[in-house]
Amino acid sequence: MSDILLQVIVSGLLIGAVYALFSSGLTLIWGMMNVINFAHGDFVMLAMYTAFLVWTAFGGGPAASVPVAAIILATIGVLSYFLLVRHIMKGPMLAQILGTFGLALLLRYSAFWYFGANFKTLPDSILGSPFVLGSIRIDAPRLLAGVVGLVVTVMLHLLLTRSALGSRMLAVSEDATAAQLMGIRPERMQAVAWALAAGSTGIAGALIATFFYTSPTVGETLAIVAFVTVAFGGFGSVPGALVAGLIIGVIEGLSAFLIGPVYKDVVVYLLFVLVLWTRPQGLMGKA
Amino acid sequence: MWSRVFGLASLAAVLLALAPGSDAVGQQTVKVGAIYPLSGNAASAGNYSKAAIELAVEIVNNDHPELKDLPLAAGSGLPGLGGAKIEVVFADNQGTPAAGQNQALRLITEEKVHALIGAYQSGITVTTSAMAERHGIPFLNPESVAANLTERGFKWFFRATPVAGDFARAYSDFLKEQKAADQKVGSIAVVNENTEYGNSVASVIREVFAKEALNITQVIPYSANTTDVQPQVLQLKEKNPDVVIFVSYTSDAILYAKTMKDLNWKPSIMIADDAGFNDPSFVMTSGALVEGLVNRSSFAAGKPGTLSAMVNDLYKKKNNVDLDDASARAMQGMLILADAINRAGSTDAAKIQAALKATDLKANQVVTGYNGVKFDDKGQNILASSLITQMRGGKYVPIWPKDKAAAELKLPYKGW
Repeated sequence: MSDILLQVIVSGLLIGAVYALFSSGLTLIWGMMNVINFAHGDFVMLAMYTAFLVWTAFGGGPAASVPVAAIILATIGVLSYFLLVRHIMKGPMLAQILGTFGLALLLRYSAFWYFGANFKTLPDSILGSPFVLGSIRIDAPRLLAGVVGLVVTVMLHLLLTRSALGSRMLAVSEDATAAQLMGIRPERMQAVAWALAAGSTGIAGALIATFFYTSPTVGETLAIVAFVTVAFGGFGSVPGALVAGLIIGVIEGLSAFLIGPVYKDVVVYLLFVLVLWTRPQGLMGKA
Repeated sequence: MWSRVFGLASLAAVLLALAPGSDAVGQQTVKVGAIYPLSGNAASAGNYSKAAIELAVEIVNNDHPELKDLPLAAGSGLPGLGGAKIEVVFADNQGTPAAGQNQALRLITEEKVHALIGAYQSGITVTTSAMAERHGIPFLNPESVAANLTERGFKWFFRATPVAGDFARAYSDFLKEQKAADQKVGSIAVVNENTEYGNSVASVIREVFAKEALNITQVIPYSANTTDVQPQVLQLKEKNPDVVIFVSYTSDAILYAKTMKDLNWKPSIMIADDAGFNDPSFVMTSGALVEGLVNRSSFAAGKPGTLSAMVNDLYKKKNNVDLDDASARAMQGMLILADAINRAGSTDAAKIQAALKATDLKANQVVTGYNGVKFDDKGQNILASSLITQMRGGKYVPIWPKDKAAAELKLPYKGW
């Protein structure tokens, strides 16, 4: 295999891990409460601006911005749940969809108002120079985002499947009334789900900001990938998002390199349709 | 209770709108609709254009004796309409042709604007100007370069900017000069975003280069606003062309600059076709990664005391950045439109159209580096021209043609 082709695959895996990272928050909300959070991309955007502010105010790199963004976004997640989502969940399906969509626009235009339309980037050297393995170059910020992406997704999965908190959250998602009879407070569990989902989105955003541009509309660009990843991997499945993210990253890279960048979406979405055709629940979703 | 208050308020609003006095007020101001990407991925460039148009209107509406060469700068308002002021109604095209079209319709039917200006992206200028054409409203396009815009037989469409063919010829002349100076230009790659703008500029470049025996060996079209440009850069790295020409909007331009550094590849001559690479927010975020990048521009602030330098100072005082090329062209567009409305002496659409057709501005009466403004039968400004610039220490300086150069060209491309 040529060195360049190997580089294409490595780059694809790295961007794929990042896709997985920022999609896990979206899939978590769906799995917990059957709500699609259309504001997900804009949560990522807020986390990216947080990273930018942490850097401009204190010169802090990801070591500082990741925890700060996680806490701020978790708080925003909980607030969104109590102030908006809790109420719209009682309404018809359409209200749920439009409710979070409205939240997305509110966040996006608030960012326009506060930060302006300018593109921002963190300094290029914030994490040092790329690693060179033979002829393969691995950009440090992407590697960090990719590795943290893997770790966070695995931890979220373990938390949901192996811990008492996870069991309680699952109980609520399966039957809120029955869970309540067992002494679990559904609202509290759902608020925890929003905190976890938005918090991990915060981590994702702060890491993506180290190698991507930040602008008020960046969430729109990223959200499309997140939705595809989640549907591909299976709604509600965190490991599904991980596998789907990696597959999409590599397929995108290979098809763009071998066939041409304008065709990469055709290939990815064709595969996406084929998967949904044979497995409507996605790769790892529950039927 | 509140619904009754609201009802009364809206009734009052309707009555006010219908009141006979409002028409007389309308005579005092000329309404111009401006359609720009104020949100969406080109919002950064769109908002700088908005600031530039606002400055143009401020110059027209207020007395600026120091800018006396500029028509309408001295004295307040439009003397041809008894000192009437220009009011600009901005509308957001959101970066999509459909939204642009809706906004054009709204400006024409609801806001009752007398003329339109816009709409930055060529693909959106297509739909917004079609709406103006249908309603018989003059449309001035200051910056969209897709060749076909003036090939539609429109009667209400006027374009002030130089177009893709002009740039392609400038690039080919420039490259032929480099070839004569023993620079390697044997293989040329074109990387373009695949909407109206990128596709049309790329195809014109291919046409012109083919005639000049400049060898384009690789063409890479890609979808704008992509999340990842690594495959494109790796395609370049594999073929390793001597020259690369990028035709991209801002978000992608930033990713290309970063990714080329990450993957450690650069050509010996890198050319950017304006747009994203000229956006002040690209220059601020990525200027240090593209030292030696060759670009085009129709605006250079020039020496202190010149008209362009004084206008640049006014702009900088308000916006804390230098006037960039696209915004300068937007501003020039507004000034051309104001001049035509003034000469029309009326807000009647047909009279403004006739005045636009009769536009005859000299090189010393324009802010941009055009040789003047004069529209042909298709509505294209035949005196538009552009310079070639190079990124030097975070700033673009004119380097070609020689008589307008402020510095010597430095090759090869340095990058980061």
